[in-house]
Amino acid sequence: MMDGSEFQLDHRQDRPRFEPSTALLLSLPGGFLFFLFAGPIAYALYLGFTNLQLIGPHAQAWWFTGLANPTRLLNDAIFFHSIKLTLIFVVGSGMIGQTLVGLILALLMRGSPAPIRLSVGTLVVAAWVIPEVTAAFIWYAFAQAGGTLGIVLGAPQTNFLFSAPMATVSAANLWRGTAFSMLVFSAALRNVPAEVLEAADVEGASRFQRLWSITLPLLGPTIITNLLLVTILNLSDFTLIYTLTQGGPGTATMTLPIYIYQEAFTYYELGYGTTISLVLILIGAVLSLLFVRKVRKAT
Amino acid sequence: MRLFRHGPVRPPELAGPLIVIPHPRISLPDVAANVVLTVVGVVFALPLLWLVFASVDKNAGWYIRLPDLSSENYRAVLTAHGLQPFVNSLYLAAVTTAVATVLALLAAYPLSRRHVPGKRTVMLLVLFASGLPVTMMLVPIYEMYAAIHWLDSSFTTSLFLAATALPFAIWLMKNYVDAVPVELEEAARIEGAGTLRTLLSVVLPLILPGFSVTAVYIFISAWGAFVVPLVLDANPDDQPGTVAIYQFLGAHGFVQFGQLAAFSLLFSLPVVILYLLIARSFRGGFTFGGGVRG
Repeated sequence: MMDGSEFQLDHRQDRPRFEPSTALLLSLPGGFLFFLFAGPIAYALYLGFTNLQLIGPHAQAWWFTGLANPTRLLNDAIFFHSIKLTLIFVVGSGMIGQTLVGLILALLMRGSPAPIRLSVGTLVVAAWVIPEVTAAFIWYAFAQAGGTLGIVLGAPQTNFLFSAPMATVSAANLWRGTAFSMLVFSAALRNVPAEVLEAADVEGASRFQRLWSITLPLLGPTIITNLLLVTILNLSDFTLIYTLTQGGPGTATMTLPIYIYQEAFTYYELGYGTTISLVLILIGAVLSLLFVRKVRKAT
Repeated sequence: MRLFRHGPVRPPELAGPLIVIPHPRISLPDVAANVVLTVVGVVFALPLLWLVFASVDKNAGWYIRLPDLSSENYRAVLTAHGLQPFVNSLYLAAVTTAVATVLALLAAYPLSRRHVPGKRTVMLLVLFASGLPVTMMLVPIYEMYAAIHWLDSSFTTSLFLAATALPFAIWLMKNYVDAVPVELEEAARIEGAGTLRTLLSVVLPLILPGFSVTAVYIFISAWGAFVVPLVLDANPDDQPGTVAIYQFLGAHGFVQFGQLAAFSLLFSLPVVILYLLIARSFRGGFTFGGGVRG
């Protein structure tokens, strides 16, 4: 079988030539993604404009309803309310809370002795590594009337999931998600050249000056990327809020993902639920696109 | 690399051992920094500590206290019935991991080594997909599964979990394949090894560390998956640990939370251990991939 063809240049792998086996290899993951990833998104584009129900008159007989769902959306007070809550959650708990606390922790940990650094780091990461449902259960107990939070804050009979639901789920999310930003910033801080900081120190720059004019500008790109990723992560958060409050009391913590779930699976409005999903798809797509652009610039 | 230094900086020529003995001077900002860190540490520790204490407390309450030590909670959980959710979670996570890692490898290899038209666009699309929120696909995938009779099965549920994990897994895996020198594959080719053989017996062993990290990452995500199995698989026998915790909280939350604490702790253990195994790679910016968690 040795006819010499194995040694021909055509077989060199760096030669731009599309081989049949390439198509074969790619077809499996490609087909899988096409069916189970692109499929649902494409299907949503249709379903979002129908009156499909899970149970009810339009469960079997359903049809394309044109702009009925989008019109309903624009007149839906709860929808706008949930957009507002999603913003509070993403900006307050994620972009400001997690990013800022993560950054501060990473900065403080650089100068602290190993025992403190390691134990604080471990605790913060532990809150992030445990399954989200577990984190939610812990905070459910923590915030109950008679729970630890009330005792610490001097209001032992307060159930914070009722008296301050949005603040409580935001705090729980801050507790759970800070590790991500902390790890990202810790990694980035390792790339800040020590010589520059020491030189500034010798020149008499204060601690604050070094932070403000050297460290933070160097961290700039990382901060932007992290803000984007934290937004993407928090935007679709469902488990934590749903386990803690199911969006309640009333609609007090009904962020977009929970409103989608409620419309589709509690009120059986699959079509309308999909319409709201499309809004989330759109926001997510824009954010993801921004992220892709950042990565493309960096590489 | 230190942000805060202890003691004064002196030019090296003055640093003779007999002139000045530098002692770490405790400065106010240093103390403040460590106090802040300690306080944050305590704030993060309190909820976790409650879980640990409540799990071994015969009469656990909502507030944190020293437990009346007892193994009763664990004994109640560690029954055949109590362990079923663990088995279900293991099945879900294992199938998801197997499907997603194998498919990711199949995609990553040609995307790294071969000529693929529009490769860059494909990779950017893959990255784009890994940043999309999974929750948004829940309603259409439910409807799709209903139409093709795929609902209420843990196997098809894990297929969807695999699909949501796949874009990031491809991205990750391609980076690992990129890092492997191409010469060994060329040698294998010259000796007549086919694509699949080259992939399995030359490439796979070389990227095994990266392959494992990808697998562990997918496993951790799938182990914690809640809303996808909640929606796609209503069969109570298939209930994974996450859904069990949620149901338990709704149904008996007010009576047996010591048991629920024990269950939650046991349920968290596998992912904590797995995380420790790959913690190193998580540090170096690998965390960029959280986009597919859900």
